[in-house]
Amino acid sequence: MKCKFIKQTLGFWILRLCVLFVLMALALILWDIFSKGIGVVNWEFLTSPPKKGMTEGGIFPAIVGTLLVTIITSILAIPLGMGAAIYLNEYAHDSKLTRFIRMSIRNLSGVPSIVYGLFGVVLFVQMMNLDTCILSSGLTLGLMTLPWTITASEEALKSVPQLYREGALALGATKWQAIKTNVLPYAVPGMLTGAILGISRAAGETAPILFTGVAFYLPFLPKSFSDQFMALPYHLYIMATQHHAIEKVRPLAYGTALVLIMLIFCMNLAAIIIRYKLRKVRLQ
Amino acid sequence: MNTVIQDKLTIKTNQTMSHSITTATKYKIVVDDFSFYYATLMAIKHISMKIKPSTVTGIIGPSGCGKSTFLRSFNRMNDIIGNVRYEGKILIDDKNIFDKDLNVVELRRKVGMVFQKSNPFPKSIFENVAYGLRINGVKDKALIVQRVEESLKAAALWDEVKDRLNKSAFALSGGQQQRLCIARALAVQPEILLLDEPASALDPIATAKVEELLHQLKRNYTILIVTHNMQQAARISDYTAFFMMGELIEFDVTNKIFTNPSKKITEDYITGRFG
Repeated sequence: MKCKFIKQTLGFWILRLCVLFVLMALALILWDIFSKGIGVVNWEFLTSPPKKGMTEGGIFPAIVGTLLVTIITSILAIPLGMGAAIYLNEYAHDSKLTRFIRMSIRNLSGVPSIVYGLFGVVLFVQMMNLDTCILSSGLTLGLMTLPWTITASEEALKSVPQLYREGALALGATKWQAIKTNVLPYAVPGMLTGAILGISRAAGETAPILFTGVAFYLPFLPKSFSDQFMALPYHLYIMATQHHAIEKVRPLAYGTALVLIMLIFCMNLAAIIIRYKLRKVRLQ
Repeated sequence: MNTVIQDKLTIKTNQTMSHSITTATKYKIVVDDFSFYYATLMAIKHISMKIKPSTVTGIIGPSGCGKSTFLRSFNRMNDIIGNVRYEGKILIDDKNIFDKDLNVVELRRKVGMVFQKSNPFPKSIFENVAYGLRINGVKDKALIVQRVEESLKAAALWDEVKDRLNKSAFALSGGQQQRLCIARALAVQPEILLLDEPASALDPIATAKVEELLHQLKRNYTILIVTHNMQQAARISDYTAFFMMGELIEFDVTNKIFTNPSKKITEDYITGRFG
């Protein structure tokens, strides 16, 4: 009789330790980056280009580059991903073909990012002749993000009760009316959250932009989307592993990492705020 | 002489006319050898029945006997499942609802439905009732306000919600939510109302209110109601159809079904010997 209560307590503690371990690892990484990086992050660091062979100065071009690439990624991944998800979840019949398509999408989200990078080189840089530029990189990242946004959007659509659809149809709504007025309003917050989380992951990727447009060092900002650019993750990679005076620039590398994390944190925060706002609107 | 013939003729034409009118309006719904398949499974088997306007028809039978599937055939709600097949006919106002040229969206406006689980939309009370009007293209705000009020009054909910029309429909109690769903169905002015165990999740007081409501609605609507509750079927329906294994075992005046059924199996079910 007592045995089962002991087992219960033991079970709780094992689970508790799992959570604790994960949180500790996360906190350790964040603390390491924050404590070593905060020293160099100031207004000048954020607003000036690297100087003296990247041993001094800031990361302004890399911030701008990452933001511009993210814009292209969003323009490709959000509408296309949502549209595909709506079609798959609401219109497509359940058949062998659609099951195969779904499985393919799930698998695509597990493809290593370097594969997307090489694919981007072939498709955008070479075949479409876009050359190495923001556009090529953004589109490559967009392709990489699509499976995530489609999957997240489908989950969001699935979470809308079937009775909302049936209720609307039973009142004489067309299928599109039912989707537009009685499904999407409740799914869009979830869809957007998923999309932004996917895009924020893409913003921190190095491999897909490596061959498609990112530059080691540029003394000026890109003038258009067909220029090369600097990006935070690649800059961090250079500063941390490829620089000739690696010890000297270590604080700058930490600063870059901190800024990248903050940027992604801000995007995730935006996702949370959007979801919260939309949720409030729909109940009025 | 001539006038007499004339008169006779007029009488004759009047008679034939009135006769044709009665056959046309005598039955609101005619089900003619109707069968329904989920893929290869035959869920409804060769059913024929006729339903008069302004009556309540109760559909009873054990779980899984095809009551709900049958009910959902009248507004072709089964279509959305996919991989389903119909045979035979269901005529509503003499028009087969499975005709190729029939507009399903228009049919569903004419044949309203209330689901087993009340399904208010996550909108305000007002917007829930106005929803059907809006999707059917009603733009006139005054008309919408008027119809919402009429529908809520018809569903006996107006007095309880008139001061909080802009509050979320989720704030209502279970019984109120179900009456809201009825009001929402009434707002688009259907002619037939399908109810799929509308009171199965309600307490006795809320159930009594819904039953009382159906009794009043009967005047203007032809009502089909699926119910698990024998007493409820006996209380509210004029006619009762007893289903088993996808077959219509017996269909008659409610009083006859409950007091003197012609089949032994109907009696066994009603008296609770099985099911």
